[in-house]
Amino acid sequence: MTTRTGGVGDPGGFGGFEPQDRAGPYAHAANSVAGIMIRVMAALTPATLAGIYLFGWPALNLFVITILTAVVTEAACLALGGRPVLPALSDGSAVLTGWLLALSLPAWAPWWIGVTGAVIALTFGKHMFGGLGQNPFNPAMVARVALLISFPVPMTLYVAPAPMFSAGAPGFLDGLAVTFWGVVDGGGVDGVTAASPLGHIKTELSRGVPVAETMAAAVDPAGLAFGMIPGSLGESSALLLALGGLILLWRGVISWAVPVALLASLGAIATIAHTLDPGRHADATVHLLAGATMLGAFFIATDPVTSPVTRQGQLLFGVGCGVLVWVIRSFAGYPEGMAFAILLMNAVTPLIDRGSRPRVHGRTRGGEPLTRRTKAKP
Amino acid sequence: MKLFRIRGGVDVEHRKELSSEQAIRVMAPPSRLHVPLQQHAGVSADPVVAPGDRVLKGDLLAQPQGAVSAPIHAPTSGVVLEICERMAPHPSGLSVRSIELEPDGEDRWGACLPPIEDPFTADPAVITARVAEAGVVGLGGAAFPTAVKLGLGARTPIDTLVINGAECEPYLTCDDRLMREQAGEVIDGVRIIAYTLKVRDIRIAIESNKPQALEAMTRAVGAIEADHDGRIVVVAIPTRYPMGSERHLVQLITGHEIPARRLPADVGVAVHNVATARAIRHAVRLGRPLVSRVVTVSGGAVRRPMNLEVPFGTLVSDLLEACDGLAEDPPARLLAGGPMMGQPLPDREVPVIKGIGGVLALSWGEIHDGPSHPCIRCGTCVSVCPCGLVPFEMVQYVRHDRLDDAAALGVRDCVGCGSCAYACPSHIPLAQYFHYAKGRLNAEDRDRRKHELMKRLAEGRTARMEKVARAKREALAKRKAAAAAKKAAEAAKAAEAAKAPAAGDAGAA
Repeated sequence: MTTRTGGVGDPGGFGGFEPQDRAGPYAHAANSVAGIMIRVMAALTPATLAGIYLFGWPALNLFVITILTAVVTEAACLALGGRPVLPALSDGSAVLTGWLLALSLPAWAPWWIGVTGAVIALTFGKHMFGGLGQNPFNPAMVARVALLISFPVPMTLYVAPAPMFSAGAPGFLDGLAVTFWGVVDGGGVDGVTAASPLGHIKTELSRGVPVAETMAAAVDPAGLAFGMIPGSLGESSALLLALGGLILLWRGVISWAVPVALLASLGAIATIAHTLDPGRHADATVHLLAGATMLGAFFIATDPVTSPVTRQGQLLFGVGCGVLVWVIRSFAGYPEGMAFAILLMNAVTPLIDRGSRPRVHGRTRGGEPLTRRTKAKP
Repeated sequence: MKLFRIRGGVDVEHRKELSSEQAIRVMAPPSRLHVPLQQHAGVSADPVVAPGDRVLKGDLLAQPQGAVSAPIHAPTSGVVLEICERMAPHPSGLSVRSIELEPDGEDRWGACLPPIEDPFTADPAVITARVAEAGVVGLGGAAFPTAVKLGLGARTPIDTLVINGAECEPYLTCDDRLMREQAGEVIDGVRIIAYTLKVRDIRIAIESNKPQALEAMTRAVGAIEADHDGRIVVVAIPTRYPMGSERHLVQLITGHEIPARRLPADVGVAVHNVATARAIRHAVRLGRPLVSRVVTVSGGAVRRPMNLEVPFGTLVSDLLEACDGLAEDPPARLLAGGPMMGQPLPDREVPVIKGIGGVLALSWGEIHDGPSHPCIRCGTCVSVCPCGLVPFEMVQYVRHDRLDDAAALGVRDCVGCGSCAYACPSHIPLAQYFHYAKGRLNAEDRDRRKHELMKRLAEGRTARMEKVARAKREALAKRKAAAAAKKAAEAAKAAEAAKAPAAGDAGAA
């Protein structure tokens, strides 16, 4: 009745057997893994184009290099593992991982940051655990954190936006110089390095300047919303990222639970803290619009592989991310904490999943068959 | 009417428009019928005819054997050619004993059974017996002998009768057409069921995507309201697969959650299908046994989809021919039943039997087939599962042959609706894994029960032997004791006797 195929050559991706006795259904919804990935990429496109426009050729170079490396690494890992390369490559997951990683890097980061990050994401973040669906941590965030800890200087070197083709923006060749020779200021390049808003607030606070004052002087909410701020390639335009997120919600690619819980908890806790001590804590606008909040809430924390599967689990996960982000931003050494928060919550996802399994029809929560006539809720 | 909440389900592409506007057409018997003796759940029927016998439509061909079985009647008039093994309409392609019948073309009814003129004054037991005699089985797909279910009413108190007209399987329109065209007959059958079960609360559930059926049934109920003492309500239920699943329909309509591994009767509910109700009416009022049913022939590969009233034993190939053949040949899938829970047909030369409500020939374009990919834990399967299971976790255990762990997560409670597999973006054949796991677990359960029975018997025997041995020992001991006592008594007597003469001697002296 069954055959053991074992090994890693089976299309399912793991060892085990495929039952031979057929059972339905014999029709399928018109969906696929590749379809999901493509929709996510489509939703990321507006913010990505905006980022590339704002930060010019070096951003485009970094974007292309990161994604190419991700695809090549995925192919290499699959080949080394003796698995069919093309079917797995065509699901688009490697491109998406590279894409998300690129968006989380400083826009003018040198080429080797993109390459190292993509290799880390695909090997340590994904294939070491067995490939797609098996990794406990979000690969792009694993890579970002590894880079941040290993190469703190290039990973926090932000430049002010210099829109493509505008005066002062690097041309194509200057862009290559930025990406491949690490020239930020000099030659034909005239990059203005600057701190990201969250970094600026943190630095000023450590110098004794109250948050409210820094915000009034240097943080412009409209800049945060439209991305006219120094920051990572794709993190800067909160509005476009939120737009992409709403598209994903509308198309049913992600559920509302994670982003709503994350944004609501972060907004609530930031508002409370700001009300209690405005000198020490930034308000909800900054927390929601700055840094990786929108990217994290809609595109990273919603990664199905590393987040819980049930509604209750997702709500808990989202709240956990929101609270941790605020705690890390407010009290830890780093100005931004989205990547850390998501990775920490990834670690407890199996536990959340175990605790939030639905009740089986006709049984009690403990798994015993119902004994009395039970009326359901209307 | 208030409906209760049930979880999960999927919005399937229902494609009913292919055949929903085709009125039911009575199909003339083909040149040869192949009538299997097993068309129902339970034990197969035993033939009572021999090759060469002339039979009329409705004559008994085979009688039931055992408590759960059903008789088989001649679908048309003609001559019995032979009784032989033929391929069954089952994916295994195994053969089943069948009666080959050559129709004479007259399609003449035989004497049939005496009609029960007024069923509402008859003894419910008489009606149940009639339904059994007429070979009526559940026409919703399970083909469970209906009389057995009607008999339940005598044992368990039933307070609600749910009539299943949901027809949630995509493509199928046979129940829809029946309700639109013969609502009066269906309602009459429903009333007979209710009378037999002594139920006064009757709900007829129809998915909201069948407005004409809803209207026709509501009108038919209105027409009989005057002389009916119970309450019949036609309920429009949401169009969502698997609304027609018995457990979930009962919960939706009555709010009762059937405990795991129990039946609707355990919460005081009986569920019957609309086509079954009509078959019951024919058996009771007209004395006509079940010899045909409405079958939807549809799918993208069929040239002219139709709803046909088909005599049992008609080959699938005859059905397809009646629909002008296939536009895509071979089709991507040839199925008996709907695409969600139907079964693939091993061949076109297999007959239509009582449980088959649809024959589908699906084209490649409509099945969205694709190779399976690794699970991405998206949780779609969890959110669509109407049983509250975690398919993506269960499948890992089944894959690694850890069936006990899969059972602990509730794989036995899976109703096999296939919603998870339908919706899975990775195209993992989840339902297939669970089907396999349930089969293995059932076999293991049977083995375990057998083992336990053997153990109990062996222990009983040991205990009995021990008892016998003990009794023997005790008897022996008793005998020994008795013997010893006797001996002692004798010794004492002897001693006394020895003493007595001495005393006498002394006295004498």
